[in-house]
Amino acid sequence: MKKFEYFDVTADIGFKSYGKDLNEAFENASLAIFNIISDTSDIDAKIEKSIEITSEDEVSLLYDYLEELLFLHEVEFMLFSQFDVNIEGNLHLKATIKGEEINWDKHERKTEIKAITFHKMQVEKSNIVKLQAIVDL
Amino acid sequence: MSIKDEVKKVRDNVYEIPGSFNKKMRASGRLYLDDESFDALEEGAIEQIVNVACLPGVQRYSIGLPDIHFGYGFPIGGVAAFSMRNGIVSPGGVGFDINCGVRLIKSNLTIDDVEGKLDELTELLFKNIPSGVGSKGKIRLDENEINDVLDYGAEWAVENGYGWQEDLEFLEENGRIKDADSSIVSDKAKKRGIPQLGSLGSGNHFLEIQVVDEIYNKEVASVFGLEKGMIVIMIHSGSRGCGHQVCSDYLRIMDKAYKNYKINIADRQLACAPLDSKEAQNYLKAMYAAANYAWANRQMMTHWIRETFEEVFDKSAKDMEMDIIYDVAHNIAKEENHQIYNRREDVIVHRKGATRAFGPGCEEIPEKYREVGQPVLIPGTMGTASYVLHGTDVAMEETFGSTAHGAGRVLSRSKAKKDYDADKITQDLATKGIKIKATSKHVIEEEAPGAYKDVDSVVRISDSTGIAKLVAKVKPLSVCKG
Repeated sequence: MKKFEYFDVTADIGFKSYGKDLNEAFENASLAIFNIISDTSDIDAKIEKSIEITSEDEVSLLYDYLEELLFLHEVEFMLFSQFDVNIEGNLHLKATIKGEEINWDKHERKTEIKAITFHKMQVEKSNIVKLQAIVDL
Repeated sequence: MSIKDEVKKVRDNVYEIPGSFNKKMRASGRLYLDDESFDALEEGAIEQIVNVACLPGVQRYSIGLPDIHFGYGFPIGGVAAFSMRNGIVSPGGVGFDINCGVRLIKSNLTIDDVEGKLDELTELLFKNIPSGVGSKGKIRLDENEINDVLDYGAEWAVENGYGWQEDLEFLEENGRIKDADSSIVSDKAKKRGIPQLGSLGSGNHFLEIQVVDEIYNKEVASVFGLEKGMIVIMIHSGSRGCGHQVCSDYLRIMDKAYKNYKINIADRQLACAPLDSKEAQNYLKAMYAAANYAWANRQMMTHWIRETFEEVFDKSAKDMEMDIIYDVAHNIAKEENHQIYNRREDVIVHRKGATRAFGPGCEEIPEKYREVGQPVLIPGTMGTASYVLHGTDVAMEETFGSTAHGAGRVLSRSKAKKDYDADKITQDLATKGIKIKATSKHVIEEEAPGAYKDVDSVVRISDSTGIAKLVAKVKPLSVCKG
């Protein structure tokens, strides 16, 4: 199973992420995000941050979680590459994410993400979980 | 059947989607496009014009400008005005980058003066003005200072030594919307705003040294202070993470609000609230605060640009007459008074990827320009021309005093990366005498001129329909990209 893949939208970029459960699909969505900004294979998991979110539905939870990743990236001036997500009762999320401070001599400098959009955002659960989101660049 | 079959041409380069197209429409739709761009337009963007025309309190027309393209909820290159009595406010009608905008600074330098100094200037500008993903501004604010930035905008910047008092006169809203309220802005937005103040950003944002290449209207150009051969500097930048967060915060709030107020919308991203609701009022105050942040941001960059020129030319910025020509917002909603049929009406005008183009006589524009209409700044893409136009009576009558804001993407970023090579673009631009400096090769490929709609056609349509008339063309000599 692929972890994530990108698809084209004219002005921005979209991704789908996959997982055997919601937790894994959220973790892979995080990888999709940080591979838009940089290349996660160069990001060492040195510093740990935690996230806790409650939302009103699964799509909103995905939106809120991805927004939180952007927030921590900008405010802590960090890039992340390891994600451990635990979603309880579908709408309460706890995550531990690991990464390091940005160093553009070491990390690949790709694209700034302005925001996460609700456009065509999907959480689809069948035998696997499939997430879809489009980010505003 | 295609939605395009329902669209009627009302005059050259103006199309109308009649209100009878869809029972929910409360106004007609209008598109300012030539035949070629109408044919090329995605149907999704026309559907978005229709969706906006269904929102409560919408006045006259839901408008698509010459650079209209598909956006989230509202199209980009769109204008809609909602009545202050029974209308709504929507963060999706402004966009994520609140008060993304353009500023033009003049000088008394000519192309001969910068010849031989362009490399040094470009390198220094790139060094002195932080840009790119994950860049920090050069100053570090504390929590009280960020509140002052949000409440006072460019006034804060000038008081703190960034630029000149007279600069304020030549900024839309004088660089500060007084109804802004920093206490409504979330801690998250402030935390994102603090480290990034005084930075250009990434993507399509840029800083260019340009030369005035052609004058179309001598009289207006001289009122604006533009002459052929003059060196000018253009900044295209916005409110950074601070504005993005304000938009995200209120998209979530409005997502709950529209359900509470039982507003029927076609797309979740049109989420909105009645103007007199607490949600709408708070959004406006927070959005104005983010707009102020953007004006402070462009003001600080102006100061560093002047310092850089002073260093290179060993002359003061005042001696080089580096005055601001104007500064326009192209993602904003504002309370304005417009003529709607035979009455004046207070409305909240949403401009998303649209430039205000107020015509002659409007009190909102600086006295110096009042007889000819405000300067309208339309940036091109990397390495292509940008344009200065002036606002018109036609815009006041037809588009709530608005016109297009730029080129608009036609190729996705991954397609642009496949089709273009950074080194080749850099070389091609060099043969045209344009120097480019960017934080990464990715941005050069993604922002390749061929990835965008032709800005020349956008301004031509604006000029031919009269919603803003051409004054001058400016051409880049050097480009700094984030």
